[in-house]
Amino acid sequence: MDGFARFIKKWDAFLHTLIDDGGYNWVLEGLRNTLLIAVVGLILGILIGTVIAMVEVMPKYKRLPRVLNKVCHAYVAFFRGTPIVVQLLVGYFVLRPMLGLNLSALGSCMLIFGMNSGAYVSEIMRGGINSVDPGQLEAGRAVGLGYWTAMLKIVVPQAVKNILPTIGNEFIALVKDTSIVSFVGATDLYVAFKYIGTNNYEFMVPYLVMALIYIVLVLLITLGIRLMERSLNKSDRRH
Amino acid sequence: MIDVIDLTKRYGSLTVLDHITETIHEGERIAIIGPSGSGKSTFLRCLNCMEDPTSGSIIFEGTDLADMKVNINIHRRHMGMVFQQFNLFHNKTVLDNITLAPLLIALRASRRQRFTAFWKRLLGKPTPDVKTHAQLKAEKEAQAHTLLRRIGLEEKASVYPSTLSGGQKQRVAIARAMAMNPKVMLFDEPTSALDPEMVGEVLELIRQLADDGMTMVIVTHEMGFAREVASRVFFMAGGVIMEQGTPEEIFDHPKCDRLQDFLSKVI
Ligand SMILES: Nc1ncnc2c1ncn2[C@@H]1O[C@H](COP(=O)(O)OP(=O)(O)OP(=O)(O)O)[C@@H](O)[C@H]1O
Ligand SMILES: [Mg+2]
Repeated sequence: MDGFARFIKKWDAFLHTLIDDGGYNWVLEGLRNTLLIAVVGLILGILIGTVIAMVEVMPKYKRLPRVLNKVCHAYVAFFRGTPIVVQLLVGYFVLRPMLGLNLSALGSCMLIFGMNSGAYVSEIMRGGINSVDPGQLEAGRAVGLGYWTAMLKIVVPQAVKNILPTIGNEFIALVKDTSIVSFVGATDLYVAFKYIGTNNYEFMVPYLVMALIYIVLVLLITLGIRLMERSLNKSDRRH
Repeated sequence: MIDVIDLTKRYGSLTVLDHITETIHEGERIAIIGPSGSGKSTFLRCLNCMEDPTSGSIIFEGTDLADMKVNINIHRRHMGMVFQQFNLFHNKTVLDNITLAPLLIALRASRRQRFTAFWKRLLGKPTPDVKTHAQLKAEKEAQAHTLLRRIGLEEKASVYPSTLSGGQKQRVAIARAMAMNPKVMLFDEPTSALDPEMVGEVLELIRQLADDGMTMVIVTHEMGFAREVASRVFFMAGGVIMEQGTPEEIFDHPKCDRLQDFLSKVI
């Protein structure tokens, strides 16, 4: 039982660093940042993605929608075609100083993750919008609403409901992807556990616990989406 | 009221409407009949530019709706449209379906008024009273309840459309169009998607609107209804209005062969 005894010792050392040496502060900060980046990133992503999707499904016989469409295509191609690490590094170390933006590492991460997510959400959202009966937009236009108003009030809410599970997956992907933000010096869960490990030069237990936290996070989000879906479906049947 | 001038609609090389010129007067009840694919729906949808004409003009109360520079949304508010598939907003309750557009439009107008009132007040001029959001909402909801009472569905105000029968859906769709106080109502086969036992309730409602003097254009396959309610009937075939006249002229004394042939098949 030598291996087990050694593991227990490592576990004790981990707990010591976590609790007695205040390591939980790092973990809490890391957890907060991880969630903050993922949540703000998702919200930004939904906003950006919705706008892009609405542009993409716009009727194209005028010039402006065609130009906007090209811009959106380029945007999506860029953010889907390059690794997010590269986007993060370029955004933080190249564009931020070049544009003179006064953004913290955390803020930059939220922004980049939001812009990246926007590219993915736009594809999901476009599918969602296309799944809504065209008669809905027509009916909205027929009572005198403009294209954007009818889209936002009638089509997009129905699209969002259709794609909620997929958006949930996007959120999970974001939570997982945040584990690279240490590249630009932001503190996330990974950084927190790396600190704890560095304290004793012992990484086995910290990284094991980190993995468990990620799994629990993902399970909780999955559960949350399930509940949200169910309550939405209920409102559909309410008498 | 609506002057259609030399209206042509093409999809690619397919000519669906072929140089139609026609005037629809206030108070008229036009029924459009004709074989499938003759362009009835397309003609109706060109009237409020749901389909943009390829060429020609739609003069509605002095404005050419086919002119792309015209803000079509403002004019569509005066033209109610009812669809074969109802197209009620799935994500809104029955009441919200009816109030959505009138309320949005009123809110936008009141916001503009409040803006001008603000400047007038700064300049020390008297300011008119602008209704608040809550007042407008209450007003539009009261109107919607009146409409719902009229169509006999007041108890359904807070349900979602998915719980309604087809006939109820179409009646709500008609109420939604009426809530804009339109000057003309356009119906595209309003009863074609309904189970037979529900056709009557919808036709009855349309008949009531007709009796109230509403100007309307109805594309329909219900020949009995067209005969009874219409003041004028258009027979469309091959993208033109091939024959038109009073219901008696069209149904009892059809002149052209195509119409005679069509009537022999549908009646
Ligand atoms: N968006 C479109 N693109 C291409 N062709 C179209 C389009 N809409 C209609 N058409 C064609 O135009 C013709 C006329 O269609 P329309 O729907 O006006 O006929 P209709 O008289 O209403 O027929 P029905 O009684 O079946 O409703 C048809 O041949 C149809 O295939
Ligand atoms: Mg049709």
